[in-house]
Amino acid sequence: MNQAQRIAEYKEYSPRDSRFTEERYLLFLEDITAVFDGFKALDIEALGIEYNELRVIIGPNGAGKTTLCDVVSGKTRPTTGSVFFDGADITQQTEAEIALRGIGRKFQTPTVFDSLTTYENMELALPGHYRLWSNLFGSTTNAQRERIMEILERVGLADELHREAKYLSHGQRQWLAISTLVLSDPKLLLVDEPAAGLTDAETALTAELLLELKEDHTLIVIEHDMDFVRQLDSFVTVLNEGIIMAEGMMHEVQQNEEVIEAYLGR
Amino acid sequence: MFRRTAVTQTGDQAASDASLQSVETDEQKLWEDRKTEAESGLVNGQLSIFLRRYVPWALFFIGLVVIPALYYMGLITLGTVNMLGRYMAFAIVAVGLDLIWGYTGILSLCQAFFFALGGYAMGMYLAHHGGPEGIIDANNWKIPACLYVVYPYKVGEAPGDALVPWFWKPFYTLPVTVTLGLLIPGIAALAIGYFGFKSRVRGVYFAILTQAITVAGWLVFCMNNMKLCGTNGLTRFDRIAGFKLTTPHVKVSLYIITLLALVGVYALCKQIVRSRLGRILIAIRDDETTLRFSGYKPYIYKLFAFSLAGMIAGLGGMLYAPQMGIFTPTNMEASASILVVVWVAVGGRGALSGAILGTLAVNLLYNFFTSEKNLLLFTWRAEYWQFILGGLFIGVVLLFPGGLIDLWNRLVGKAK
Repeated sequence: MNQAQRIAEYKEYSPRDSRFTEERYLLFLEDITAVFDGFKALDIEALGIEYNELRVIIGPNGAGKTTLCDVVSGKTRPTTGSVFFDGADITQQTEAEIALRGIGRKFQTPTVFDSLTTYENMELALPGHYRLWSNLFGSTTNAQRERIMEILERVGLADELHREAKYLSHGQRQWLAISTLVLSDPKLLLVDEPAAGLTDAETALTAELLLELKEDHTLIVIEHDMDFVRQLDSFVTVLNEGIIMAEGMMHEVQQNEEVIEAYLGR
Repeated sequence: MFRRTAVTQTGDQAASDASLQSVETDEQKLWEDRKTEAESGLVNGQLSIFLRRYVPWALFFIGLVVIPALYYMGLITLGTVNMLGRYMAFAIVAVGLDLIWGYTGILSLCQAFFFALGGYAMGMYLAHHGGPEGIIDANNWKIPACLYVVYPYKVGEAPGDALVPWFWKPFYTLPVTVTLGLLIPGIAALAIGYFGFKSRVRGVYFAILTQAITVAGWLVFCMNNMKLCGTNGLTRFDRIAGFKLTTPHVKVSLYIITLLALVGVYALCKQIVRSRLGRILIAIRDDETTLRFSGYKPYIYKLFAFSLAGMIAGLGGMLYAPQMGIFTPTNMEASASILVVVWVAVGGRGALSGAILGTLAVNLLYNFFTSEKNLLLFTWRAEYWQFILGGLFIGVVLLFPGGLIDLWNRLVGKAK
């Protein structure tokens, strides 16, 4: 199947179309362009992410991978086009509204709150405590504590419970960022370069964890590390200069002439 | 499995108890461990624990009992008690600023404006009940003596034309005055914050915005047309709730009320920074953008902290006015706001007790260095104080970024 056919298939099942009682795609991007000072950073005709899918987005530097994340999570408004999430148009919504709808994001650099401890960072990620009063008077329940400890134990951060995040190593901060994302239990996880700066063993564990999450979440993983992408063994979208160049399983994409050229240069 | 770390470290007897309740106790244990680890101060062991636990209470006891007792024994003057009372009113403002600046990371340069809003509310109440016995206007309201200054005629002339302005009237009774003295700065802060935070004005831009508002407020309050007594300010205070302000008992009572208000404000802010809300405030200081992607709306929390800090500053102003005996627009000059920042910086931002410590320390130094002293070779003049203040601020920022409270913490080896 070539890219034109795939775009046609995406459009066939667009959330705009009310023929279907059930949505096929959790996230659907339509005619998205993002232009910065005349430079077209993103130009996507159609892209759909199905429910409980793990989609990997790869591409050379400056391909628009992070811009794509920005558009989905509301950090950047697209110049044209619409973003549909769970059947609703979220193009004009703010970051917080989009986050409340169930899109969680891990940034390229691990963003944790430096002055807070590991445990406090996790507490802030607990879902359903976004109101001011519940934060002033509410306390964490035992079930929530147990869940926090469970996740931290899984990623080996239980020993660092009361250490301020600024004293954690890069790998640990990366883990903490992923852990908070997992704890907040979003419908869609945008994971931007989870393996950046991790050792091989840590990378393998990340892959394992992401595959585990796939059971009941939808994920978009952006990655540079090809070994890591192979470990995920999922459907891959290749971006280049803001355009979707090819899609398919990793081994298919790797054979694609255009992709090889984009990566290795001519 | 989540108990592993705590149990191995502490060898806790409850290790076999797999119930969920143990999570909390284990956490406390870990917390204690961490504290012990961090204890590397000059004073260690029992003394450190003793100092940490009892020094705050001792200071409270000294303020509440010892200082009034010293006065009644004739060892310190009434002026000293009154001065400490005023400085504690300043400390209330500083605690509010620490909440918004030290914890939330928003530098506000309009705390003096909020302070003055509270001060003016109380000042108008005091002026209503001030001396001397004045004339009655056509609507049967006694015109406050200080208000004559802003009318184009002298006392006793054309009394029929003069009316007490409508906005003076609510401040006739004490309960309404206290309520408005809290609400007006609170609402002002809410309005400033709403427009500032909603449009994501941040950092130094917000500081400049708030400073501009302070200057604008000062200009408005200086105008005679505003019928707020212009640059002369509110004067001729006489009685508060029926008691004469000049009597010693009233002055000591005002001092004690200010002390209790300070402790109350401190306890309230401490409770807030300890709650999850406090962690959200710290998270805003660290990285507001990430917090937004976690589903929180940071501007709501910033608004809360900013309005609360405004109300606290208003409370400080209300307690300051009767103790000072006069309230003028000087109290809301731009430099007054910057002074609050200096107090908090010297005491240590991000620690509420540091704000109190800094305020008292800087003001006591101010009091000491602004009196003229004849030294051996030259005369120390009050104006030289500015050099001390500037030097103190630069010195603290460069040498002790953690402020005075950090020095104390290092001494007793307390984990911050």
